[in-house]
Amino acid sequence: MSSASLTILIADDSSTDRHILSAIVKQEGHQVIEASNGMEALDRFAERVPDIILMDALMPQMDGLEASRLIKQRAGDQFVPIIFLTSLQDASSLARCLENGGDDFMSKPYNRLILKAKINAFGRMRRMHDQLQSHNRQMLLEQQVAKTVFDNVAHSGSLSLPNLRYSLSPLAVFNGDTVLAERKPDGGLSLFLGDFTGHGLPAAIGAMPLAEIFYGMTQKGFAMEDVLREINAKLYTILPTEVFCCAAMVDLDVTNKMARIWVGGVPSVYLYRADRGSIEAIESSSLPLGVLPPRRFSPEPRDFPMANDDRVFLWSDGIVESHNAAGELFGEQRLAAIFAQHPDPDTLFDAILAAVENFIGGSGHDDDITLLSATMVDMDVLGLPLLHSSKASVGGPMDWKMRLELGPQSLGVFNPLPLVLNILTEVEGLRTLSGELYTVLAELFNNGLEHGVLGLDSAVKDDALGFSHYYRMREERLAELQQGHLCLDILHRPIGDGGELTLEITDSGPGFDHSHQDMASVTDNPGYSGRGLALVRQLCDELTFNPAGNSVRATLRWPRPTWSESQPNG
Amino acid sequence: MTVSALPNANGSEIVIKITGRFDFSSHQEFRQIYENAAPDIQAYTIDMNEATYLDSSALGMLLLLRDHAGGDNSDIRIINCNEDVRKILSISNFGQLFRID
Repeated sequence: MSSASLTILIADDSSTDRHILSAIVKQEGHQVIEASNGMEALDRFAERVPDIILMDALMPQMDGLEASRLIKQRAGDQFVPIIFLTSLQDASSLARCLENGGDDFMSKPYNRLILKAKINAFGRMRRMHDQLQSHNRQMLLEQQVAKTVFDNVAHSGSLSLPNLRYSLSPLAVFNGDTVLAERKPDGGLSLFLGDFTGHGLPAAIGAMPLAEIFYGMTQKGFAMEDVLREINAKLYTILPTEVFCCAAMVDLDVTNKMARIWVGGVPSVYLYRADRGSIEAIESSSLPLGVLPPRRFSPEPRDFPMANDDRVFLWSDGIVESHNAAGELFGEQRLAAIFAQHPDPDTLFDAILAAVENFIGGSGHDDDITLLSATMVDMDVLGLPLLHSSKASVGGPMDWKMRLELGPQSLGVFNPLPLVLNILTEVEGLRTLSGELYTVLAELFNNGLEHGVLGLDSAVKDDALGFSHYYRMREERLAELQQGHLCLDILHRPIGDGGELTLEITDSGPGFDHSHQDMASVTDNPGYSGRGLALVRQLCDELTFNPAGNSVRATLRWPRPTWSESQPNG
Repeated sequence: MTVSALPNANGSEIVIKITGRFDFSSHQEFRQIYENAAPDIQAYTIDMNEATYLDSSALGMLLLLRDHAGGDNSDIRIINCNEDVRKILSISNFGQLFRID
């Protein structure tokens, strides 16, 4: 006894044969639809799709072979088994039945037992096929929902900024590649390109916590090293051993015109110099994220000066490892050649994509081909970052003061800026100013730390070589710091409809001659240093140094004119 | 690709030989080799002489082997890498985790 009743279409021009077949099939509890030739079989199929078709090969008007071919065409993704019933005996005729869409055949006169067994077998296959299809539909549906959630989390940042270009080519609903960009509170930009091992859901899952950490910490002003450490620790904890994330991260400081770059496991990041048309490759210097336990992971990004219109290019291994039909790799030489051949920096991005597409031709993608580029621009191209707040819009502390004093041990390992910014933005009126506040805090804090506590001279930064030398010395001295301190006094008081914030930063250094600083402006400083203080002066209502020059006081009042109104022309 | 394994005479070392592309399709095979190896294996050598290419899934498999072989105390050498294979290992900085000759 069969497990379920099937609908079976019987197409045979001999009415005797049809009746015999019908009787057998009905005895087994199935329903029968009859057709006396191929044309009729097509019509019956159009009215109602049967579960199985028993098809005579030779029939007038339209034979079984033609009818089978057309039925299989119309059935599309549905599996409708066709068993040929034929008096033909020779192998090539029987083979032709299968070539035209038949799934099996039986020679006349047929054996009842075998016919029943075949009907049951194909009935089982048909049910399995239906199940498979419904699972597949369900899976696609779930992936679509998951993708919507994934996109909301992973692509909620600033990828649409005018100085960014990116390309992500998905292999499936998901791919293992992740591209993230977010504004920093100082107005700069943080970029992240990640490539998880594998593809699909397992590769995409790690991208969710990664994106959350990246956006959250970048918005709060955490340093790149802190963000990378946090991501590594999270991925190390949650991912299985064999899944990790090859990545590169770039911070663009649009005020001081520099890039901080870290590469771990993806091909070299390229730094393109617009004036010379030359490239500099920054090689991977670290294990991928999620491989090392937190205590052993210590990211060491490097700093590079960048002029306006210089670009960084980040890519996953998909580009250099693309294969052509002959199995050759695209390789770094071809990539370098594109840079050499395209003098116009604006077309470079498209030229790279076009060259890779052209190279792989029809051979299909081996890996995800992901490319991200960012151009160094001035702040006014980007505007100030809009930092969102989920808190209510009234209230907050209005009359308060606090002091934070950091000794040498703390200065070496602790960046107080995100914490301080968090406290300041508890004041409702200051929340919309967090970009400006961070810039002021960061510039004054770093001045005090670098010149006052560490005794570094910014004149060292006057050329590109000195620039990296400066930051190396900064790191060395910070690591060996034995004495000195930095003191941050914050005072907020209400005035009228708004308030006034005073930030006073005092360092333990001997002070410096600030007389010339009082006159300086952004445009007077074309070199690699000195932009900071001029910018701070623009952002504050007042900026004064004590006579010794080791303490600086910045005052900001709110509500205040918008950035564009307070910007000088040009 | 194929994976084959050869223990040395005293049974404390094993040479795992990779042939062709080392990628996700070899996951099962590779895993079985080291999981079925004798328990007194102390040292592993991965011979890449006939490996043409490895992808990031292969790097993941090497990490699995490293865990199996004792993590930070593991003794794993990767030898005879061609230029492509060496490049991939060096971009990932796997030299920090394995001895690459």
